Amino acid sequence: MSVITENVTGQEVLDPSLDSQMTLSMGPQHPSTHGVLRLDLRLDGELVIHTIPDIGYLHTGMEKLFEYKKYQQGIVITDRMDYLNPLGNNLAYVMAAEKLLDLEIPERAQVIRVLMCELQRIASHMVWLGTHALDIGAMSVFFYCFRQREKILNLIESASGGRMTPSYFRIGGLMMDLPAGFDRKCKQFMDDFPEALNTFDTLVTGNTLWQSRTRDIGIIEKDDAISWGLTGPCLRGSGVGLDLRRHNPYCGYETYDFEIPVETDCDVWARFKVRMRELYESHKIVRQAMERLKPGPVKADAPKVVLPDRDDMRKHMDSLIHHFLIVAEGFNIPAGEVYMPIEASKGELGVYMKSNGGPKPDRVHFRGPSFVNLSALPVMSEGEMVADVVAIIGSLDIVLGEIDR
Amino acid sequence: MGTEKLHEFVEKLKGENAGWIGDVKEAFGEVTITVPRESITEVCTSLRDNHGFDLLADLCGADRGPEEDPRFEVNYHLFSTIHYNRLRLKVVLSEDDPHAASVEPLWKTANWHERETYDLFGVIFDGHPDLRRILLPSEFDGHALRKDYPLRGYEPYSLS
Repeated sequence: MSVITENVTGQEVLDPSLDSQMTLSMGPQHPSTHGVLRLDLRLDGELVIHTIPDIGYLHTGMEKLFEYKKYQQGIVITDRMDYLNPLGNNLAYVMAAEKLLDLEIPERAQVIRVLMCELQRIASHMVWLGTHALDIGAMSVFFYCFRQREKILNLIESASGGRMTPSYFRIGGLMMDLPAGFDRKCKQFMDDFPEALNTFDTLVTGNTLWQSRTRDIGIIEKDDAISWGLTGPCLRGSGVGLDLRRHNPYCGYETYDFEIPVETDCDVWARFKVRMRELYESHKIVRQAMERLKPGPVKADAPKVVLPDRDDMRKHMDSLIHHFLIVAEGFNIPAGEVYMPIEASKGELGVYMKSNGGPKPDRVHFRGPSFVNLSALPVMSEGEMVADVVAIIGSLDIVLGEIDR
Repeated sequence: MGTEKLHEFVEKLKGENAGWIGDVKEAFGEVTITVPRESITEVCTSLRDNHGFDLLADLCGADRGPEEDPRFEVNYHLFSTIHYNRLRLKVVLSEDDPHAASVEPLWKTANWHERETYDLFGVIFDGHPDLRRILLPSEFDGHALRKDYPLRGYEPYSLS
């Protein structure tokens, strides 16, 4: 931490009180802190000398709660962590349990998982773009973004019944298959979306005001970014081409054709460009996943773990018994511990799950990308203006639900 | 991904100093090395500088239960942005002496992870520059993720 004793502009100040440092408490209700984040800013004039993030306002003890809930009940808790990317949370959680159970997931379920996760990534990036632009002062972008996001939420709702809390992925597969007509609606969205992307590029990317607000701000070099544990678009904006979909593949991502956008400017503008390019890549992956949708089962063949279909329950006594046992007593997961990382929309979302053999986990820990990315805010915002802190927070794309858990 | 590559790292570490490796366990395609508490900094330094494990993906605590000894675990999930392998280091701590060396000097990201582990489990990281509660308020009594801490707390909780 460097302490600046001179006046910022180097001019003599007549009133000494104008030259002194002050502490500004920003938040927790500040609109551009994306939730309930409070920052203690040590300022010299408008120059930020030091930033101390204060978190925990949204702490609800989710990791404690997991230990008291059966494995399948934990899925609904994960929805409420990163509430802009709930399907990603579902996926990390169920894949950790599946890793412990050593379950084989049917092909169709894998494809639908990829399809829904990429749609969710687009939706999450839409909120990021809208709020990021709103923070910096471009208001109309917000409405265009939320219009697109609304379409995706409608798709997710049609499949799972929930807009923000889908709980669509279950241990062993999916809640249920995609509804009739989903293909058509999804295709309609996919056809319309490139035009929306064009709109964003016209409104934001090519805007010189936007560029002057984002270039050379919030710089974090490659080595620092790794030391601070940044992942996802924030790390790729600092010149590291790391994407877990490619480098620790899951759900068959290694068979999809997509690029990893990397920018080397290390500033807000670089992180912005990475996310904008990711929208195109996600769009590409959704298209490929749509083509791969072939009829087949969406639940693993594991009657002791996966809830049976309602139709089976009416016809077969053993299905009814399994249903009763899973709901009333849960299912046991073999003792052991796993760490399951996925590439969520904000970075590496890792789930550490430890089982001692019972129907409830012994410990579930979420490594939230927002939590880690926010911890690097002090080093990014040092020496910037207060208004730039807002731009930097926007470029980190944080969700406080995940940070505080 | 096979685990042969990970065992190579374990062998190399053993070659550097056999005292660093307590117990090596392989399960679910992951390798866990239990490291003696006093050598965690050295092991991490070696893995970071010589073996390419440059990113600390996660650091989290776990409680085995009040009747167990050693009671607490600290798990370090290392990742490499060069060869994309993952390795888990584990340090076990007893309840009477829950001290571990901080890895904050090696990875800045450990700062918040260690604060979180201190907040929720009461594990004290020696050498941490700013070890205070992060998720719970500073006046909070006890460590909420310990197994003997009740789910609903002790009192109707208020900040006043």
